[in-house]
Amino acid sequence: MRGYVLSRLAQTALVVFLSLTAVFGMVRLGGDPVLLFMPMDIQAKDVNEFRQRLGFNDPLPVQYGRFVAGAVRGDFGESLRYRRDAMGLVLERLPATLLLASTALLLTLLVAVPLGVVSAVRRDTFVDHVGTIATVLGQATPGFWLGLMLIYLFSVQLRWLPTGGTGGAAHLVMPSIVLAAFFSARIARLTRSAVLDALHEDYVQTARAKGLGEARVVGKHTLRNSAIPIVTLAGLEAGQLLGGAVITETIFAWPGVGRVTVQALLNRDFPVVMAAVFLTSLIYTLLNLAVDLLYGWLDPRVRVRA
Amino acid sequence: MNSVKGWLGLGITLAVVVVAAAAPWLTPHDPLRADLTSGLRPPGSPGHPLGTDQLGRDLLARVLHGARLALFIGICTVLVTMVVGGVLGLVAGFVERWPSAVVMRLADVQLSFPFILLAMTINAIVGLGLRNIILSLSAAGWVVYARVIRGEVLSVKQRDYVHAAAALGMGRARLLWRHVLPNVAPSIVVVASLQFSQFIVAEAAISFLGFGVQPPTPAWGSMLAEGRDFLYIAWWLAAFPGAALAVTALGVNLLGDWLRDTFDPKLRV
Repeated sequence: MRGYVLSRLAQTALVVFLSLTAVFGMVRLGGDPVLLFMPMDIQAKDVNEFRQRLGFNDPLPVQYGRFVAGAVRGDFGESLRYRRDAMGLVLERLPATLLLASTALLLTLLVAVPLGVVSAVRRDTFVDHVGTIATVLGQATPGFWLGLMLIYLFSVQLRWLPTGGTGGAAHLVMPSIVLAAFFSARIARLTRSAVLDALHEDYVQTARAKGLGEARVVGKHTLRNSAIPIVTLAGLEAGQLLGGAVITETIFAWPGVGRVTVQALLNRDFPVVMAAVFLTSLIYTLLNLAVDLLYGWLDPRVRVRA
Repeated sequence: MNSVKGWLGLGITLAVVVVAAAAPWLTPHDPLRADLTSGLRPPGSPGHPLGTDQLGRDLLARVLHGARLALFIGICTVLVTMVVGGVLGLVAGFVERWPSAVVMRLADVQLSFPFILLAMTINAIVGLGLRNIILSLSAAGWVVYARVIRGEVLSVKQRDYVHAAAALGMGRARLLWRHVLPNVAPSIVVVASLQFSQFIVAEAAISFLGFGVQPPTPAWGSMLAEGRDFLYIAWWLAAFPGAALAVTALGVNLLGDWLRDTFDPKLRV
């Protein structure tokens, strides 16, 4: 186990470093960064002044070194719009995103896992068909459209829920449902197939053959064994919630990291973009690491293979 | 049940393709022509079955032309990722050693960003417009191909007929072309179909956020963004483009699931 943990840690460190490099490289894709950073109607002499001030006259390796040296201390420079520490600005928004994502995750686990289990156990019955239709529709429905339709129904027509922003629990209802919808559909399908796989294993046949009741066969022998793939895939998919949050937060004016990323991109505030994209990638990578370690702990075969 | 889903998916997908191809003949209206005297007509108005938008443009014409754009972007992106990811995957799987390591590390880095965030950020930086949205989606989406194809090649390579062909003196390039490629082709098709709807939904999401395809071009995502501003007075502006996107995604998803169940049941994307 120790070797496995160490090798996963080393891999993760490498990926984080490469992602940081990718964030730096991405911003340079657009050509002259000064023109990207600046408003469209800027004068030529101002361009030169900014180029000097932001250090873009230095050779690329020097700039890259300075970027990495700052980044390891959490310093991504100053927001061009708010004249404040870029990473600080992004970190301020992190609790809101974590609240939204964890509510959506909880909602998903409460809805999708039971749905998947019931669909698998009652395979090819009415319940399974309804569940399948629901998950297929859930996967095909774009979150931003669902969000707009919910706003129309519950805010414009019924006036039950606020259209966006934060405040009380009522503000959390629609954003978390929208964020959970697509995710739930995937988890329900994965749960269904994981439970179906486990139901075909020999130990389930044995449990049945020795006369165990179906409730115990499912509860004890099937669910425990199908938990491993479900936990793994749910953990890996949970990272995609961070991507989904970009859109959900924008629709519902939820002041999280996703919204700050979109606004910074629209404002051409690239220090904030770099801080936000890197932070998201870091959380995503650490989440994957946690899932891998958990997986190795749950299923000893993984450690040997890796 | 599975064949029902497959036929339904095929039916919906074909219907969307036919409607998109025939868009100019299905409606007499130009999707770009504004008529301020007939703005915001509700669905069912004479001459405008789905109503009109704030500039008096016919919504049906815009939704139908939006289908053309969505399918065009989806097909181009799938082709680009298929070629780029496929070639990288083939090389990584067949040559192993350093090309494999390089491709896999690149894939790790790519996968350390959520797909939509990566595509959106690249698009905002390289610039807006049709060509750039295809490039951004491709840059964020090639990894799935590379990984799946590499895995398939690694397993196909171990088969006896490949060893036999190599023992008979077949060159590496010919071996790859004649024996490995045809055996990974089903996976390529399945991944393409599963990725397609992800790409068109992502394109709409990115255009919705204000990047990607810009107004007045009738893209479903930017139509939804405009519809959002009129949600209080004209629900149809947001409802129909989104519904068209959902139906298209549904059809392609069902078709993709069916293809996977038929050709490659173990594949997970």
